[in-house]
Amino acid sequence: MKERSKQAYKLLIGLFLISLLAACSSSDPDPDDPNEEYVPTPKPLTVPPIFERLLPHPHEPTENPQTVEGIALGRKLFFDPILSGDGTQACATCHKPSNSFTDDTRLSIGIDGFEGTRNSMPIYNIAWNTNNEFFWDGRATSIENQALEPVTNPIEMHNTWENAVASLQSNVAYPDLFNKAFGTSNITKELTAKALAQFERTLISANSPFDRYLEGENSLTAQEINGFEIFMDEARGDCFHCHGNEFNPLWTDNIFHNNGLDAIITDKGLGNITGDPSQDGWFKSPSLRNLAYTAPYMHDGRFATLEEVINHYSEGLIYSQTIDPLMKAVSRGGVHLTEPDKADLKAFLLSLSDPSFINNPDFQDPN
Amino acid sequence: MKKIAFLLVLVFVAVGCSNDDSDPQVLGCMDPNSLNFDSTANTDDGSCTYEKSVTIAFTQNWDGTPVTQADFNSSVYQNAAGNYLSISKLRYLISRISLHKADGTSVDFSEYQLVDLTDPTTLTLSPALNVATGDYTGISFIYGFNEQDNSSGAYLDLNAANWNWPSMLGGGYHFMQMEGSFDDTAGAPHPYAYHNGTARVSDGVFEQNFISFDFDKNFTISEDTTVEIKMNISEWYKNPLNWDLNERSVDLMMNYLAQKDMNRNGKSVFSIGEITQ
Repeated sequence: MKERSKQAYKLLIGLFLISLLAACSSSDPDPDDPNEEYVPTPKPLTVPPIFERLLPHPHEPTENPQTVEGIALGRKLFFDPILSGDGTQACATCHKPSNSFTDDTRLSIGIDGFEGTRNSMPIYNIAWNTNNEFFWDGRATSIENQALEPVTNPIEMHNTWENAVASLQSNVAYPDLFNKAFGTSNITKELTAKALAQFERTLISANSPFDRYLEGENSLTAQEINGFEIFMDEARGDCFHCHGNEFNPLWTDNIFHNNGLDAIITDKGLGNITGDPSQDGWFKSPSLRNLAYTAPYMHDGRFATLEEVINHYSEGLIYSQTIDPLMKAVSRGGVHLTEPDKADLKAFLLSLSDPSFINNPDFQDPN
Repeated sequence: MKKIAFLLVLVFVAVGCSNDDSDPQVLGCMDPNSLNFDSTANTDDGSCTYEKSVTIAFTQNWDGTPVTQADFNSSVYQNAAGNYLSISKLRYLISRISLHKADGTSVDFSEYQLVDLTDPTTLTLSPALNVATGDYTGISFIYGFNEQDNSSGAYLDLNAANWNWPSMLGGGYHFMQMEGSFDDTAGAPHPYAYHNGTARVSDGVFEQNFISFDFDKNFTISEDTTVEIKMNISEWYKNPLNWDLNERSVDLMMNYLAQKDMNRNGKSVFSIGEITQ
């Protein structure tokens, strides 16, 4: 009898100790503890009403959920030259907020002074690029994959990931920020890309004059409205087949076309990636949002102004074997818009630019 | 003795009664896993039905020769008007697929499908609704959207796919985009964009242009089933009208007669292919 109560007593003490331990461990905030499931603060994308009304949900991969800490880390990394080989260039060097996250040069210059072969792409609304083909030639299959490439590209940031990760690891701030974002201060290139992708997904632009017009919040000029009619008219602009419409506020089809720039294709674009010669010279349709900030235009930045772009489709189309059938008037150089139609079309295109996007304080350099 | 005989009669009557009352033959389905399990049945009459899945497979051919993405920009076809053409894009919309049963009821699938030959995942549709095993007599569907369904901007995935048909042409969505290149009379390559949707009669006046297909087809579903819907692309260019791309190749969306001629030719484009289990 005595022995039994002793055992029960021991058991009680044991249980008490275990419960104490459990209580301690569950209230321990240290994400370093490998036994702990550290959870950063979830922050799903805020979808603007016009996108909510017209578009499917944005793509937020389950393996890289949006979090307050992850986005903040990505933003800091995006603007920090620490990722480049000589510490002089950040993502933001060629993807400036004031240029809707592209730059204003024809071809961007890397850290060694070499010119790239393509115009830097603007970054916005990429969470709706649901076919997940990034770059002008679609070679990256996710934003995370895309973010890995410029760091090691010899004519861009010309670094190695080993070196970039070592720089981050030895920095006073980053190990703690990675710890907060991902529950580990052991920095990897994959986590770096994840943080960058989280920040990039937050770059949402949906507040242009035309957006507000569609939402019934403002009016447009007669010229802008006429320009939209030209855009939607198969016999005149016929822009809508690749560049959206009032029900597709992405203003791109997110697929690839040869838009009649050259007789001889020197940059094969998608054809280089797929190996299919019938896709030589195919490049991704860029969105028409924020054109006011993204000059020069085309995959190689060959057109300095919107007038040049419109003139190309109006009378400058050039035949090549892989030209898209939608460049239907190629035999006479284009659709031959009148000068007033060109001016109206340009006015409409500029109504798709969103000043609140480039000035958004959440998108500026935090460093 | 009389009493005994009377009792015996009573017993017989009672037994007879009880046989009739408590153990009559009740026909029905006796499988608890079936859709129509009858717990009162004591004799299985073979009427059990089960839920099976149906997959719709969309295939394309040119007069019987299969056409896939691999043929794009390379295979050359000759249409009824004698034009040599290649294909670089083929996307089309099918909606309101129904299977009709022998008893007059039907299974109506709510999904629509934008078939895009460059995206293999769109070549099959797996409707959420399962169907009951049994005898079926037909399959119907709509090419495009009918008037009720063809509502501008209503389908978020189709908006993102840039599938909209311009408001000035009646709005809603494209029914088909078939594009490519053909050799014109001089033998030079020329683009074509055979796009179909609502027909614009005049400013603000539009005409429906979808096509309803209703095929008689007797088949029995006993297992998971795949139903093939076939498009014979060459039929877009013939029956009843031989379509000459030299005359009509691009800017066809706002061309009322072209839109209605596509509709006329379209009526022989689709058929039901194999039904496999």
